[in-house]
Amino acid sequence: MSRQKKWDGKQVIELDKVAYSYGGGELLCDLSLNLPAGSFHFLTGPSGAGKTTFLKLLYGDLLATAGQVRIGGLDTRAMSRDQIALIRRKIGVVPQQTQFLDHLRISENIALPLLVSGRDAGSARENLDGLLAWVGLTSHKDAYPPQLSGGERQRAALARAVIMSPEVILADEPTGNIDWEMSQRILKLLVELNRMGKTVMIATHDLALIRASKAQVQARVLRITNRRVQLAGADL
Amino acid sequence: MRYVALLIGFIVGDAQADRVVPPSGFTARLTSFSAGAMAFLACFALALSVSSGRLAERWANELAQSLTIRISAPADQLVLQTQAALAVLRTTPGIASARPLSDEEQRALLAPWFGGALPVETLAIPQLIDVVEDPGGALDVGGLRFRLQAEAPGAIVDDHSRFRRPLVAAAGRLRGMSILSLVLIAASMAVMVTLAASAALAANRPVIEVLRQVGARDGYIAQAFTRRFTLRALSGAAIGTIAGMIAVALLPSTDAAGGFLTDLGFRGLGWLMPAMIPLLAAAVAFAATRFAALRTLGTMS
Repeated sequence: MSRQKKWDGKQVIELDKVAYSYGGGELLCDLSLNLPAGSFHFLTGPSGAGKTTFLKLLYGDLLATAGQVRIGGLDTRAMSRDQIALIRRKIGVVPQQTQFLDHLRISENIALPLLVSGRDAGSARENLDGLLAWVGLTSHKDAYPPQLSGGERQRAALARAVIMSPEVILADEPTGNIDWEMSQRILKLLVELNRMGKTVMIATHDLALIRASKAQVQARVLRITNRRVQLAGADL
Repeated sequence: MRYVALLIGFIVGDAQADRVVPPSGFTARLTSFSAGAMAFLACFALALSVSSGRLAERWANELAQSLTIRISAPADQLVLQTQAALAVLRTTPGIASARPLSDEEQRALLAPWFGGALPVETLAIPQLIDVVEDPGGALDVGGLRFRLQAEAPGAIVDDHSRFRRPLVAAAGRLRGMSILSLVLIAASMAVMVTLAASAALAANRPVIEVLRQVGARDGYIAQAFTRRFTLRALSGAAIGTIAGMIAVALLPSTDAAGGFLTDLGFRGLGWLMPAMIPLLAAAVAFAATRFAALRTLGTMS
C-alpha cells in the first residue's frame, strides 16, 4: 500500500523507561510500552494528565528526557531533525487543535504531506479524490479551512494524516469538540484504517467513545495516572 | 554546470511549493523597498567609484607624462640658457618633444592673476619649456637635472610630482570611500532583509508547525522563505538600479560645465556594471534569509 520502506519488526514504536520533564517538573515517568503493528490503543486520563505530551513523544515532536523512544527501531534522541521529518511521513497525526494553512484550499491542505515529500504527482495525487469521499468532504474540497465546522476540520485533519498511507496514526482528542454522531463517524474511519493494518492510538478523555468502540474493534486501553501509564481495567 | 542547474532550479522554483508560505504584504514591501533603495544608492556609489578611479588615472597619466622646465636667468642670458636647455633636452632619451612657451602662452598663464594685457616681454619673468615624455621611454629625471645644471644653471626641472601625488592619493581615497560605501550598503541590506525574514518567519510560526507536522524538512521550509525573499530583493533591486542609472544619466555632462562633479557616471561598457547590483542584492538576500530561516527553525525545535 505504501511506497515508503516499511519498518521492520513487529513493534513499530517502543518506549523503554521513558521520562519527560519540563520546567523542572517531571510530567511523565517510567513509561515502558510497545505498540505492535496493527494494534489499536486508546489512551485516556484526566485533562492535564499528559496525554498530548505522551503522543508527542511517540512522533518525535518532544524528546524523552530519560529512557528511549524507538520508532521503527531508531532512538528519537539520536535522530537528526531531517530524520524526524522523514519519520513523521510514516506517522499520521491528528492533533487536538487542528491547524491548517488558511490560505490554501482544503484539498491542498490534505495533499500537503505529498507536496513536502515531493510526491505531489501521479497515483499519490489520484488518491486525493477517494480520500475526500472517504471522509465526506468532496463537496468542501475547494473551501478554505476557516469555512469548515469543527467536525469537518477533524475529518480533514484525519484525511491529511493518512494521505501518505502511514503505518501509525496518532489522534489526539479527535472527537473533542464535536457531536456524538460525528464522533462515531470519525471513530468508524479510524477503525477502518486499523482493519487496513494501520497501528492506531487515540488519546481521549471520552469514556463513552471507548465503550462504543468495543463492538467495532479489539482495543487496548491505557490510562495515565500519577505520571505513569497503566493498562486500564474492566471498569471502563 | 551543476551550480548553474541549481541556480536555474532555484529561480524557476516549484510553484506549488512556493504556495505553502502565505503572502505576507508588509515584509514583502519592506524587502522590495529596502532592496530598491539600496540598489539606487549603490548605483551612485558605483558611479562615484568608477569616476574617481577614472579621474585618478587621468591625473596620473596627464601629469606623469609631462615636465616643465623653468629658466630663471638674467635677461641677457635667458635666450642662451633656453637654447642650451633645449639642446640638452633634444639629446636626452625618453623625451618626445620640448618647446619653449611663447609670450602669448605665458601671458595666458598669468592672466588669471594680472589680467590679459600684461606686457610679458618687458618683465623679467622666467621662460618656461614644455616637455612631453616619450610614453615608451624611460626618462631619468635626476640625470636630466644634473645635465641642465651644467649647461643652463638657471634651469629648474619640475616633474609635477608634488602636485600629482596628493591628487592621485585624494582620488584613490575617494575611490576607497565609494567601495566602502558599497560594502556598507550591502551590509545594511543584509541586516534589513534578515529582520524582514525573521519577522515573516515569526509571523508564520503556525505555518511552520503545520509543515513540520506533515514531514517537511527544515531545508524545504527554509527554501520556501529564502526563494521568496531572494526574488523580492532581486525585483526591488532591479527597479532601484534602473532608477539609479536614469538618475546618473541625467547628471550634467562634462561638456556642459566641466570638472569632476559633472563627470560623474559611466562610460561605454561601464554602463553594464550596474547590472551586477541586482544580482549581488539577490545573493545578499539569499544568504541573509537562509541564515535567518535556519536560525529561527533551529530555535523552534
